[in-house]
Amino acid sequence: MNFKTSAFALTALLGTTAIAAAECADPIKVGVLHSLSGSMAISETTLKDAMELLIENQNAAGGLLGCEIEAVVVDPASDWPLFAEKARELLTVSEVDVIFGSWTSVSRKSALPVLEELNGLMFYPVQYEGEESSRNVFYTGAAPNQQAIPATDFFLEELGVEKFALLGTDYVYPRTTNNILESYLLANGIAAEDIFVNYTPFGQSDWATIVADVVALGADGKQVGVISTINGDANIGFYKELAAAGISADDIPVIAFSVGEEELSGLDTSELVGHLAAWNYFQSAETEANDAWVAEWKAKMGEERVTNDPMEAHYIGFNMWVNAVTEVGTTDVDAVREAMYGQEFPNLTRGTAVMLPNHHLTKPVLIGEITADGQFDIISQTTEVPGDAWTDFLPESAVLISDWKTLGCGMYNTETETCVQLTSNY
Amino acid sequence: MFRFISLALALALAQLLTAPVGATAQSLQNILQTHQDEVLKPGRRTVSVVLDDLVASGLPQALPFLEAWRDREIVQRTSDGLFFRATGEGASFILRDLDTDVALDGAEQLDMKEARPNGGVRRAIGDALVQFRLSDPDIAKRQSAVEAIARSMEASQLALLVGSIETEADPAMKKVKIRLAGMLGALFADTIAARITAIEGLTGDLSVDVRGALNTVLTSTPQVSMALPEDANIAAVLAIGEDISAVEAYDRLVSADLAPTLILNNDIHTALVANIQGDAVGGVPVAALDTDAARQVAYDTLAADGIVLARVTPDAQAQAVAAHIFYLQYSETNPAITDVARKVLTAIETKVAVNQSIDLGLDALSLASIYFLAAIGLAITFGVMGVINMAHGEFIMMGAYTGFVVQQFVVDYTLSILIALPLAFAITFGAGVAMERLVIRHLYHRPLETLLATFGISIALQQLAKNIFGTQARPLTSPDWLDGALVFNDVVAISYIRIVIFVLALIFLFLILYVLKRTRLGLEVRAVTQNPGMAASMGINPDRINMLTFGLGSGIAGTAGVAIGLYAKVTSEMGADYIVQSFMTVVVGGVGNVWGTLAGASLIGFLQKGIEWLNPSNTLAAQTYMILFIILFIQFRPKGIVALKGRMAAD
Amino acid sequence: MHRSFFAQNPSVLWVIATLAVFTVAVTLLSEVTGVDVISTSFVKTLGKTLCLCLIAIAMDVVWGYCGILSLGHFAFFGIGGYAIGMWLMYARTEVIVIESLAKQPIPATPSEISDAIGNQIFGVVGSSNFPWIWAFADSLILQLLMVILVPSLLALVFGWLAFRSRVTGVYLSILTQAMTLALALYLFQNDSGLRGNNGLSGLQNVPGYGNVSQATISILFFVASAIALGAGYLLFAWIVSGKMGSVVKGIRDNEARVRFLGYHVESYKLFIFTVTAIVAGIAGALYYPQAGIINPGEVAPIASIYLAVWVAIGGRGRLYGAVIGAAFVSLLSSWFTGGGAPNINLGFYVIQWTDWWLVLLGLSFVAITLFFPKGIGGLFDLLVRKQS
Repeated sequence: MNFKTSAFALTALLGTTAIAAAECADPIKVGVLHSLSGSMAISETTLKDAMELLIENQNAAGGLLGCEIEAVVVDPASDWPLFAEKARELLTVSEVDVIFGSWTSVSRKSALPVLEELNGLMFYPVQYEGEESSRNVFYTGAAPNQQAIPATDFFLEELGVEKFALLGTDYVYPRTTNNILESYLLANGIAAEDIFVNYTPFGQSDWATIVADVVALGADGKQVGVISTINGDANIGFYKELAAAGISADDIPVIAFSVGEEELSGLDTSELVGHLAAWNYFQSAETEANDAWVAEWKAKMGEERVTNDPMEAHYIGFNMWVNAVTEVGTTDVDAVREAMYGQEFPNLTRGTAVMLPNHHLTKPVLIGEITADGQFDIISQTTEVPGDAWTDFLPESAVLISDWKTLGCGMYNTETETCVQLTSNY
Repeated sequence: MFRFISLALALALAQLLTAPVGATAQSLQNILQTHQDEVLKPGRRTVSVVLDDLVASGLPQALPFLEAWRDREIVQRTSDGLFFRATGEGASFILRDLDTDVALDGAEQLDMKEARPNGGVRRAIGDALVQFRLSDPDIAKRQSAVEAIARSMEASQLALLVGSIETEADPAMKKVKIRLAGMLGALFADTIAARITAIEGLTGDLSVDVRGALNTVLTSTPQVSMALPEDANIAAVLAIGEDISAVEAYDRLVSADLAPTLILNNDIHTALVANIQGDAVGGVPVAALDTDAARQVAYDTLAADGIVLARVTPDAQAQAVAAHIFYLQYSETNPAITDVARKVLTAIETKVAVNQSIDLGLDALSLASIYFLAAIGLAITFGVMGVINMAHGEFIMMGAYTGFVVQQFVVDYTLSILIALPLAFAITFGAGVAMERLVIRHLYHRPLETLLATFGISIALQQLAKNIFGTQARPLTSPDWLDGALVFNDVVAISYIRIVIFVLALIFLFLILYVLKRTRLGLEVRAVTQNPGMAASMGINPDRINMLTFGLGSGIAGTAGVAIGLYAKVTSEMGADYIVQSFMTVVVGGVGNVWGTLAGASLIGFLQKGIEWLNPSNTLAAQTYMILFIILFIQFRPKGIVALKGRMAAD
Repeated sequence: MHRSFFAQNPSVLWVIATLAVFTVAVTLLSEVTGVDVISTSFVKTLGKTLCLCLIAIAMDVVWGYCGILSLGHFAFFGIGGYAIGMWLMYARTEVIVIESLAKQPIPATPSEISDAIGNQIFGVVGSSNFPWIWAFADSLILQLLMVILVPSLLALVFGWLAFRSRVTGVYLSILTQAMTLALALYLFQNDSGLRGNNGLSGLQNVPGYGNVSQATISILFFVASAIALGAGYLLFAWIVSGKMGSVVKGIRDNEARVRFLGYHVESYKLFIFTVTAIVAGIAGALYYPQAGIINPGEVAPIASIYLAVWVAIGGRGRLYGAVIGAAFVSLLSSWFTGGGAPNINLGFYVIQWTDWWLVLLGLSFVAITLFFPKGIGGLFDLLVRKQS
């Protein structure tokens, strides 16, 4: 692999003139802020690898503005305060032009004040709870209206679910998502007593009682469905207990927002077949671009490795950034930010992603059924849905919009027609 | 609504199918071609279009098509859009023509799109198939038909189901059908008497669907009026302040248009902003509007001028609420039916409550046995020897990973578990002995330092496991015969894997008791822990005994790890999840006594389930309160539940 | 009196002098003076390390001198951080909210302001009401008082219960660990009112000083941490050197004998436990504004165990040992995990320190316990002995 990159560098060198080399006095640096150790390493290491692949490809294609792109990889070690520290290091010591990073909301919230203070630029690739739009962050993952709401619609429309169990791990993403879903369900005529909410700690393994509670929900003759924001390892015990209780996807369907290809790999999925997940991307999407991406990924990382939704988010985000930089001819954060609005790039799942002035993307919503080989059968795909920073289903945020292009404000109150604040809630 | 239509369609389809074929010359393929999109990507609400045309055609091959469609065997050839039925995988992959059922040549399997009906559509197709499958010779098909009815009960199914009972050959299936007919009768029988009989027939049935049927009979809607209507079937009259709060009651009045809307602070704010004149609103200067009281004064002035709606005073609210009666009205108009249903349901619910507490008791017992299993190794190393081993959790982890590794080589799950159990014991026994020889032996007189040294080993082992196996959770799959649950009735059930853990815990308990109380080794262990010097002078080799005891405790932890991995997950951090709980189990129970560990595990298990039951939506809170309880408990009973007395009790 | 104290403890002067030189040097080399040799992020790291040294000497007093292996002092550290974090968050949000509400055509009512602040702070965890524990969050003075009061109250109640029941040795360690775990689990809950897993963030922005650069703020906190460490060192050196120190060390060596000599052992233990808890709280209150974020993970039991590790590596029963241990291990730890250490290529396998650092740390810890029970501080003893 090292040989390959140097070969590319060589061809790049031979292909460019001395003037081009002189232009590249200031190398282009891309910061990668993903945990490579600690509890989040399992998810985030993949994204670091994906970024390295993307940068390799870009350099092979001639780099950017006549320069090689250099990746600056740091390890915040799943330690939230370290995200702030490393972000500061990246921006002031390594002087990177852009950062791709973070997974959990809390790590993003940790890095936010630093990004806003030093006017950095970060691409955040994971589905999240919304209620935020920072001037210095582009959110390439799904907002709740691009994942949770369409998934709930699928339950209501297609599966005829009348009673909902919202099960989640006790942290901010499930909390906020479930809050939004609760008011969405109430607005859709589901009675408050038909919504059961439960929170469990990270790594919960004792699921017997909770599964029994969910089964008991069916006692009034209504179709029960589970919306799961259960995170990580805890899912294993949960699905095991469901299977042990003899509950199939036909009896009580489960739709998960945090279970993807990466989480399923290395897990016996025979017990999970038929349960659902909602994402903006599945590896099984049938497009040429996706086939090529999956092939490149497997060639670099090994045949058994899978691709997933946050990787596609980085794929789109990085390419959009490259295009924006090429357009304005500089990596200056403010210039690039302006050029990002309206950037278009084809999704790996058909259709086009467009960067909106609220720093979110338009994305199609896919619903997949888990298959025995750990992949997803895509049974539903919507057209592109524009991401909404402030949900319309909570009274406090319904009046808020974000528009950095014309209003220059990420938290604009449409009722009073004032900008609430220019920085973010941390 | 839709289900009713689809069923009507199915009935019509049935009639057509039994009529002589050939009324139309249409082929199934032609019909499907007109609905390409609906066949390929059907939706629950749009699938009826396809079914409609299938009915109109009256083709006999429609029936197997529906089944194949439901089972995801229908594919479309991209080149010409034709639909086929596909079966088998790889070499045995076969495409069949839908009309003729003739197999196509293998070369034509290129570029196919799979039709993917979602769960809702599959259920709709299942509903439509019920009629034909209730008396199908294949019991599996009858089974799926009965399940389809149970999932969505319709009035029209009653006659079909009752008709099929008589000819049912399989006694078990017959029972299921009769039970289902009872539920359908309770809901849809023609006469009141028949419904009452059916409802009474459900007495004592604990299942979720029976309760569902009864609750459907007892569906009630909240109503409000000036006086109770004479002819309505009233479920309950709601008392203000008890069943319904005054605020809620007033809201209902508003939504029933029986009272004026409340003016909230937000409305006042909006109204004031809209009516600013110069620098004052309603005579109050704008600058002074920074309290609710001032805003109300300004608003009232506006209201007096007729510009905005007047505020509803609290008195007026109370009067409006008092003037009305709030009640629940049954959707079912006949009180005789609801009375019987109420009575039957109440009896069932009492029984369900009793059974639920039994189920909770079983869960608690299971949790206690898991805690016991995790802690039993510690009961020996910490409880008997007094050695603090912070790496105990990592021995559990090592055992679980042993199970994982064995499964990589031995494919048969039963065999692999049988190999893994003793192998895990052997490996962790060895690790325990090595640790005792290399580290702990030197620290017997410095217990606090043992704690720190073993903690160092713990983080090293944890990280080592991460480096070897990765951070991803690894599967430890249980054999098929351990899948599922032991079902006592519709409420009380416990998964086999938990039973195995319980049994394993019991075996370990008696094994350890036996070793300690009935063998020479046990005698020597007790002697060495009580007084090593005296024991040595009696010819016992304390070094050897300590080594063996520590190995035994570690080995048991490893074996327990296999069981714990089976029930939950195998990760490098799984040991850390159990270590604090395990220590508390031993301390609460009382050090130096295996029975104490049992008591400690039971106390913690039952306590945690109890607290969870009080606050079911927050498991984390239950764990917090449990630990607080343990802290307090130890303060008041520092020696634990089973405290040793006499010389043994001395530190 | 003072002369005899310093004469008794020559190491105190050495430590204070070193600390002063170090502080001045870092300040001069920082971005503030324009020299910019030490980056702002490294100043923050150094400032945080000083806070860790402060809690480490507290730990040394309670464990190295008094013999109580407390696995709960990081809980007090966290409480201090939360207490100051509440004010930082509240005050910063209040400024923003008042500014934004001032744009409205009519002035805001107090309840509107408080609702808006609540919504800003708790919107992220799906709530907008102020929990009761935030009752004093609007007052810096009261929250500073909380930094001291809450840890001391918790330490008093817990210590009183535990010491009264004569819970000692490893039992006490496990009990303090349970206390930490309970606190962490409590904070993890969203219903705790402290924003659950998200914790309090944006703490590096000091309200009212929005225009002051982080370079300046980081130096201010660095100097404050240095002063706190110096003061803490003096306080503890004084405590452990007098008659009280002798009793405390006596308790460590043989509790029963001290009790039979007529001393009220429980009171001494309670005093030490509480004072160290307060110092831990203060250290936390200085640490988290530099870290920028505090969340329940910080209070997890493992943190307190690491604290014991630092002290043991530095050398127990000598205050400077704790300082050395905390600074050495935490800086080394961030050097190794931060990718600063070069990977070692063995030909068939590449040792990446991000993966192997914890293994090394764990094993070296075992080695130190077994072979160098006096830790790094023990090396100084050897030096002193050689000279004399």
